[in-house]
Amino acid sequence: MRAFRFESLVLPPEADAMRRKVRAFLENERAQRYAAHRSSWSTFDPEFSRRAAAAGFVGMTWPKQYGGGEHSNLERFVVTEEMLAAGAPSGAHWIADRQSGPQILKHGSERARGLILPRIAAGECYFGIGMSEPDSGSDLAAVRTKADRVEGGWLINGAKIWTSNAHRVHYLIVLARSEPPSENRHAGLSQFIVDTSSEGIEIRPIHNLSGGHEFNEVFFRNCFVPDDMMIGKPGEGWARVTGELAFERAGPDRFMSDIRLLVELINQIGAEPTERQAIEIGRLVSHFAALRRMSSSIAGLLERGESPATEAALVKDVGTAFERELPEIVRKLLPVEASLDDPDEYSQALAHVLLHAPSFTLRGGTPEILRGMIARGLGLR
Amino acid sequence: MDDMSAIVFEQADRLFKQHISKDVLSAAEGGTWPSALWEAVADAGLPLALVPEGAGGVGLQAADVAQLIRRTAYYSVPLPLAETMIANRLWTDGGGDVLSGSVTLAPVNPRDHLIIEQSRDGVVLRGTVHHVPWGGQTDTVLVFARDGDGKGFLALVQSHQVLVNGRRRNVAYEPRAELQFDLALPPGNVRPAPKYLQANGLMAFGAAIRAQQMIGGMERCLDHALTYANERVQFGRPIGKFQAIQHMLAVAAGHFAAACAAVDALSESERLADDEFTVAIAKARCGEAAGQVAAACHQAHGAMGFTQEHPLHFASRRLWAWRDEWGAETYWQEKIGRLICAKGGEGFWPFLADPRPLTG
Repeated sequence: MRAFRFESLVLPPEADAMRRKVRAFLENERAQRYAAHRSSWSTFDPEFSRRAAAAGFVGMTWPKQYGGGEHSNLERFVVTEEMLAAGAPSGAHWIADRQSGPQILKHGSERARGLILPRIAAGECYFGIGMSEPDSGSDLAAVRTKADRVEGGWLINGAKIWTSNAHRVHYLIVLARSEPPSENRHAGLSQFIVDTSSEGIEIRPIHNLSGGHEFNEVFFRNCFVPDDMMIGKPGEGWARVTGELAFERAGPDRFMSDIRLLVELINQIGAEPTERQAIEIGRLVSHFAALRRMSSSIAGLLERGESPATEAALVKDVGTAFERELPEIVRKLLPVEASLDDPDEYSQALAHVLLHAPSFTLRGGTPEILRGMIARGLGLR
Repeated sequence: MDDMSAIVFEQADRLFKQHISKDVLSAAEGGTWPSALWEAVADAGLPLALVPEGAGGVGLQAADVAQLIRRTAYYSVPLPLAETMIANRLWTDGGGDVLSGSVTLAPVNPRDHLIIEQSRDGVVLRGTVHHVPWGGQTDTVLVFARDGDGKGFLALVQSHQVLVNGRRRNVAYEPRAELQFDLALPPGNVRPAPKYLQANGLMAFGAAIRAQQMIGGMERCLDHALTYANERVQFGRPIGKFQAIQHMLAVAAGHFAAACAAVDALSESERLADDEFTVAIAKARCGEAAGQVAAACHQAHGAMGFTQEHPLHFASRRLWAWRDEWGAETYWQEKIGRLICAKGGEGFWPFLADPRPLTG
């Protein structure tokens, strides 16, 4: 069994120093500006994003010439952890910082880098993911959105769905078919950076279970994208999407979405738990601690420039299983009727998590897809 | 890994491959001490792997010793080698000389306690301990005992001085015995226990051994299952091509990866068990994974894995036994839960995330 690379990793001293720095920033933010149980990494708050960026916590690993901080992936890792642990409303810059920015830095044109990255790093430019389509879902190779060659660029036609925050972000990275379908389903796809203020884009809201408007359906009708807003070369889309998904799957956001609920549970139980409460909390903490090490180990691989696709699939599969289980254990240990408007923070946190939990095992790839990838890594496919 | 460790690993792997066979394992399960294997292991210096060179040992890093323990478990080595490695380190840390021969540890059970008393003739050791690995078969037993004031001591007892009440086997058919102590010890055989043992005796060290072993055992089970899934044809194709089998083994691999991550944390401390909280996480997460991995691997093997013909059971039965020894999951989970609740909700995250000094 030598299929996976999860090497032990000890965080260096500069990561601990960064942890102290971001924690001080977040304590101040929390005291003045937000309630931890009511927000998370998907809460869209541009003001928070600008302040976090001004303090140096966005675009941390990027070169200085693009507004980055030239920090290591491990320093970025601890900042991500602390944002999640504090329930910080990081949703505005999250996607841009986690995956779109790194994609553009690595595979974008020089003009795209210069135009976009400094604005992301300043906390002023946000992104959405344009992968899924009606009828495509997890089968990304089935995308039908087309990109046709025209003078100086491409015309995009088609529709994307489940696009988080399309109505308030500046750009979408759209996966489209730039060549007619062939026998190789993964060939002929390309990724484009599409400005949401372009002509020919229509955005329609889709409301989620908790009543929130995050999702959208996005229609493209002869939407023009200049040549230098393509990511990579024509036809490289599949490789680019796969690389981007590794960023999306490996981070601590894959098992810390509802971590404030665990914090609230510990608070409610108090210093003297019953035997059963202690055992269940101990079990959750042991799972959580293992996940932290898996995820930090991937940060180490990224730091070395490796692309850990199978490992990322493992973190997401094991991580979201933990996320899904947490509210179920919480409601057994401490029965409270969940309510979104109850002033009691525990009731509210539980309601929030229950209504969001179904999405944990959808976004970024379903367990069914991930397990197929893991099986390939194991040599079964 | 440095050159020295690479040599040790290569040597150990070769040695295990050469000496471990189905016959050797079956004989050991029948109660025969595998002396040729022990001689080879001892000649290779493995019992002294964790003892610093200055104290007469081999001086391997903790991470390398962890890998060695995993390899012994991968091959189902039917010997208390890990116990001997740890015993040598504890005894030399306490100021003693390296021990010759095989050693086991006691007590291994959270309910068992040994008492040490001063008498006219010297020091007397009393008490009964259960489920001691290879109890009565090793050359010596290293015991942790407390005196009337609660102060901890390590005592070295020759096996022939011990009354072996019950000879039993765990579900892996490894010998586990009930030992009764009621004897006077020469002064040189009793030493104040190192500081890191004062709070909880040997529990963390034993749990760390079993956690490392479970990693090796899980790896062996998964290797068997993957090989079998790619070879065994049903409905016209290898069963590994069926999505249901792929997903079942992918979930098992997830448990294995998480267990490895939890247990890897032990390698960061000098003696593999210096921080009891880290041991608790490792033993709890690993024990849970071991059950899941064993179940999935047996399912993949169908009825063949349920026979003594196929070697899967040498690894899987060890997993079932090891997850319960030196504290099962619930024992360690409860410890974690009580500690975390005492820190409070807002203390939980900093306690987990911040570096903290190791005990001892």
